[in-house]
Amino acid sequence: MQPNSCELKVLDLVPFGQTGSASRFFALRLTRPAWETWRPGQFVMLRPRNFGLDIPWARPFGICHMTTRHMICFFQVRGRGTQRMAELRHGDIVRVWGPLGRGFVMEQDTPTLLLAGGMGIVPFVGYVNLHPKPWNVTMLFGHREHISCYPVDSINEHVPVDSLREQENGDLDNFIYTIQERMRDIADQKGLVLACGPTPFMRTVQAFATEMGVRCQLSLENRMACGVGACLGCVTRTTKAWPVETRRESPVQVCTHGPVFWADQVEL
Amino acid sequence: MDLSLTLKGQTHDLPLKNPVLTASGTFGYGVEFATYGDLTALGGMVAKGISLQPRQGNPSPRIVETTSGMLNSVGLQNDGVESFCKEKLPLLPWRETAVIANIYAASVEEFAALAARLDGEEGVAALEVNVSCPNVKAGGALFGQDPDMAAAVTAAVRRAAPHKHIMVKLSPNVTDITLLARRVEEVGADSISCINTLLGMAVNLQTRKPSLANVVGGLSGPAIKPVALRCVWQVARAVSIPVVGVGGILTAEDALEFLLVGARAVQVGTGNFFRPDAAFALAAELPAACHRLGIENLEAFCGSLQLDDTF
Repeated sequence: MQPNSCELKVLDLVPFGQTGSASRFFALRLTRPAWETWRPGQFVMLRPRNFGLDIPWARPFGICHMTTRHMICFFQVRGRGTQRMAELRHGDIVRVWGPLGRGFVMEQDTPTLLLAGGMGIVPFVGYVNLHPKPWNVTMLFGHREHISCYPVDSINEHVPVDSLREQENGDLDNFIYTIQERMRDIADQKGLVLACGPTPFMRTVQAFATEMGVRCQLSLENRMACGVGACLGCVTRTTKAWPVETRRESPVQVCTHGPVFWADQVEL
Repeated sequence: MDLSLTLKGQTHDLPLKNPVLTASGTFGYGVEFATYGDLTALGGMVAKGISLQPRQGNPSPRIVETTSGMLNSVGLQNDGVESFCKEKLPLLPWRETAVIANIYAASVEEFAALAARLDGEEGVAALEVNVSCPNVKAGGALFGQDPDMAAAVTAAVRRAAPHKHIMVKLSPNVTDITLLARRVEEVGADSISCINTLLGMAVNLQTRKPSLANVVGGLSGPAIKPVALRCVWQVARAVSIPVVGVGGILTAEDALEFLLVGARAVQVGTGNFFRPDAAFALAAELPAACHRLGIENLEAFCGSLQLDDTF
């Protein structure tokens, strides 16, 4: 499916988490774009009209989920763009282009471990919804904010979410230890690991994947201006394992060559 | 309404089906945008900067958003001229729209070699000479800030590519842009595009670090439109070769403002990041915008800015 650019209407903006909490989380529901097929792990660029001229760039968001009638994106207020997005109301217009990039592989009979850190949970909502044999999928979720801030319920319907919250010293070490244990199990089963989350988390998963020789995909998040491969702002370096010889140990665009990469093919 | 025009050069003319081009570095090789619009509906496209050898560019972060604009220090990452000619150019509809190659080099000799390589490429309608990129420590800014160096590069490219229209892209990071414009005209430039990015900087108060790994980068977007408009106006009065306006153009009205002050065509740059179909939308909107403003003949409208006698 070729990506396209269109204007969609905001259906609603649903806050997640406890009211009054410092960090703010929202599910943004938009009318459904014209494209029919997409893969979990792919993303869209969203630029609400209220960005005006002062906020030039659209913002990249992993597609959380799509139904026959709408598309859901999920965001946390982190800067001026997401702050402006938190002001969206029913009927507001958002420019959307997508679906962009390469998504996660889906092998229905392979034992698959999903590793999510914080907002990295978002693409896995669509993943477990579309997986034909969800009983082959397990999930480990590490997060800092209260669990109610994240779209966990829509995953739990298909795959039980094993979650660990990082609140005190030692929690992070415990999480890393658990990642290692779960990845070892999957390695023993000749399974697949898919991970999405902050870069330090991705580095940890990548190191374990190398050590254990388990097949692993990582979804990277970089600063992007265009989402279509033109601005060259989001590049990451490939390793010697990159499939195209002329692109080995070279910068490649995360938006078009990723955002999902095989763990042994990129440097983090 | 007929929007076609010809950039009448000293050596070679460059016919365009309309005055809407895309700016180098913001439109990839064009193919990235083919899914968002009809490339042949554009007056032309300027490919991202090409060098003789492939370049990996600067370290990340190399882009940062600023108010009404952005800074970049991409450092001209590209696959080199051979890859452009063999892999990219065949994919572009160069028979139906002008494909302009933007060229960058670190020395006069390298500029000449690059121009000579492209001179025989049928698919390349013109060369845009980047004498003004501020990002690459080795050169760029030096050429664009020194009238003699800019002239030396222009003359070398002119000699090396005798079959091509030569457009020279000027930097605004100079005291008097008309000095540069006159010099490149003297040595054979067919047209001038202006402006390239303005050198800028952003910092992060939390980390106390610069926002770009390269510390400084080129500012583009609507924030620079008044500077671009001023430069185009000054340059268009200073030279007789055609001027192509670049800088913060998003809408048909923006484009018409540049034509009013003397540009014959425009390039859409950072606007392509506001929406990937920005240039297509602008080209489609131009006839209606002309109609609204009572513009019947675009050529007559170009440079028709009404001034008091003191100017």
